[in-house]
Amino acid sequence: MKKSKKITKPSIAIKEPGSSKKVKTGAWRTFKPIVTDKCTGCGICVIFCPEGCVKLKNKKATIDYDYCKGCLICMNECPVKAIKKEREKK
Amino acid sequence: MADINFDLLAPGCRTCAGCGAVIAARNLLRATGKDIIICESTGCLEVTSSQYPLTAWKVPWIHAVFENAASVAAGVKTALEAQGNDHTQVIAFGGDGGMVDIGFGAVSGVLERDDDIMIITYDNEAYANTGVQRSGATPFGASTSTTPAGLASIGKKQWKKNLPMIAVAHGSKYVACVSIAYPQDLQNKVKKAMKIKGARYMHIHTPCPTGWGFDSSKTIEVARLAVQTGMWILYEIEDGKFKKTMNPELKPVEEYLKMQKRFKHLTEKEIKIIQEHINKTWKELDNLEKSGVNLRTIL
Amino acid sequence: MTRCFMEGSDLVARVVKLCKPDVISAYPITPQTHIVEKLADLVADGKLKSKFMEVESEFSAISSVAGACAAGSRTFTATSSQGLALMHEMLFASAGMRLPLVMVVANRALSSPINIWNDQQDSISQRDAGWIQIYVETAQEAADSVIQAYRIAEDERVLLPIMVCMDGFILTHSMEPADLPNEKEVQEFLPKYNPTHAILDPKKPMTLGPFAYPEPYFRLRKELSTAIDESREVISEINEKFAKKFKRKYGNGLIEEYKNNRKMAIVSMGSVVGTIREVVDSRNDVGVVRIRSYRPFPKKDLIKVLKDKKIVIVLEKDISLGLGSGSVFSEVRDALYSLKKKPKVVGFIAGLGGVDITIKLINRAIEHSEKMKDGEVEWLI
Repeated sequence: MKKSKKITKPSIAIKEPGSSKKVKTGAWRTFKPIVTDKCTGCGICVIFCPEGCVKLKNKKATIDYDYCKGCLICMNECPVKAIKKEREKK
Repeated sequence: MADINFDLLAPGCRTCAGCGAVIAARNLLRATGKDIIICESTGCLEVTSSQYPLTAWKVPWIHAVFENAASVAAGVKTALEAQGNDHTQVIAFGGDGGMVDIGFGAVSGVLERDDDIMIITYDNEAYANTGVQRSGATPFGASTSTTPAGLASIGKKQWKKNLPMIAVAHGSKYVACVSIAYPQDLQNKVKKAMKIKGARYMHIHTPCPTGWGFDSSKTIEVARLAVQTGMWILYEIEDGKFKKTMNPELKPVEEYLKMQKRFKHLTEKEIKIIQEHINKTWKELDNLEKSGVNLRTIL
Repeated sequence: MTRCFMEGSDLVARVVKLCKPDVISAYPITPQTHIVEKLADLVADGKLKSKFMEVESEFSAISSVAGACAAGSRTFTATSSQGLALMHEMLFASAGMRLPLVMVVANRALSSPINIWNDQQDSISQRDAGWIQIYVETAQEAADSVIQAYRIAEDERVLLPIMVCMDGFILTHSMEPADLPNEKEVQEFLPKYNPTHAILDPKKPMTLGPFAYPEPYFRLRKELSTAIDESREVISEINEKFAKKFKRKYGNGLIEEYKNNRKMAIVSMGSVVGTIREVVDSRNDVGVVRIRSYRPFPKKDLIKVLKDKKIVIVLEKDISLGLGSGSVFSEVRDALYSLKKKPKVVGFIAGLGGVDITIKLINRAIEHSEKMKDGEVEWLI
């Protein structure tokens, strides 16, 4: 009995971890949070961001607008009110 | 929190803006680190994070069906033990629908067998993914799409099913209630749970802006108020001993209820019923804590 | 190899031990109980080093072996009837996830009314799930098929779950002389399970069981269908390889013929074929074709061996309610439809709920088939 030459590997498992970063959920935004100079780098917005798109860079909160959905939790939770909102311009 | 930017869940999840469940998942993973395997049930987080061919997960993750996250996790852990791996944590993760209701049997089985896994429920108090229908974890008086408030209905007629207490009644050595509004408390409890062997249970309160009816920016605020009014109690039951990990001066529950559309219909009388229930529960839990009674022994 | 005389369940349990699954998950249901009890005994005595999970339902049984398999371990479970029905969701899910599970089904009738005796409704009702289904005639074949099942399922050309279906009570609780292979032979025949297509490993994180939109879903189902279709070749190949090593062969792996050189043929599955062979021996007008692999369905093989028959009699232990016949009948008849000169195909529903299928009944069916019209189905009792 001849063995099948071609073996089709099942493609059901997703082998690239974190590949969802190809989905730019930033397009969902109506309001855009903007970090002002008041930011003290406490990191609370980093912890609370649902999208994981706020990071601390050089002790300042930096938002990756590719993914920010504009929920504004960061603005609501900032203890020094360092984040303001702006309407997205389309 | 060593590296604040550490994240094992990539962005690009298709959760609603302001979703509480995904905040819970991110902070859970910040506490566990990457030597874990997650077995998740069908629900909001599963559907939005694993859309073929893309995945948000940077840890091994499996979704089987709705009600068997706990059983699948038990199987995974048993396989790891057979392979000589005793360090990888296995987590059964699911929403209140998948763990409190339809998956209850599987959860109970794992707790009874004391399988060495962590069962973690993210509780948005409804079947949010399918349109916010009531679950066993929906609180009294909440309006959902299957218990809508109306002229002849106050919303859900029953009180919330208490799965953490059910877990300790099974003999679980570590049971904890946490909230996304208190991330340090959440991380501490997760790290503590990871050092304990046997079936551990954790219940995370995760408000849902879409389902509960509040602005997406208020998710953490609502979660915080739940704790501050006593609607959600942060506690742990370690080896049967109950202990509150947060003892706030309780605010009136109305402050919490009025933030959400799902409670908008409640009358003063009904709010009073809820307040009395909270007061009574709080007092009894105080008594329980003072008494030092071992729940694992008596239940 | 040891020559032995033992209960079918006992033989199957001992063979499972030789295959060395890492994880066994079992929930009791008549008539599978002796298999899991024997395995529990072997584990308790330290003779079997598997982890034995005593789960709280069949649903948990299949879920936990699926989890264990996804984590890279070889597994085993067994069930019957209501238990198999309870597993329904996970049967589809585990095939979809390409998890090479091996399960023994001790065939038993489905409720309602509740009945503990043998028929094949339980596993036949799961034929769409994507599991390979092997129906065995003897306890020896059940044991041999379990060994083959691991090799087939874990083959990288297949990577599908398999159920070995053995008639409840008839094969599980009766005793027959059999050959029990030794551990060395079995371990030589079974390479270590080493999955790369789907594994839960923190060093190589993968996502299993994702959500799929319509087009990817459609494509993945087609991939699954192709996989089970192509497994026919592997089933036959392993049957040959097994025969070379263990000196026992089951037809070509997919079907088996006995005196099939006469004008009529009875097509059937499972232990009843043993009785049919006796009838065939006492007559000269009928032979028997046993379907061993029901899924994937051996369409080409059946056409080849049945095309010159005058009458094909399908005798089965199931009924597809609302169709008016059993599933095996309709699938056999469909296979032969493409022939220019079609044999007359008639069906008999027999054995439901454990009704004895005697030599007398089989003879009656054969006599009756001469008078029946093509496509007609009768109930045999």
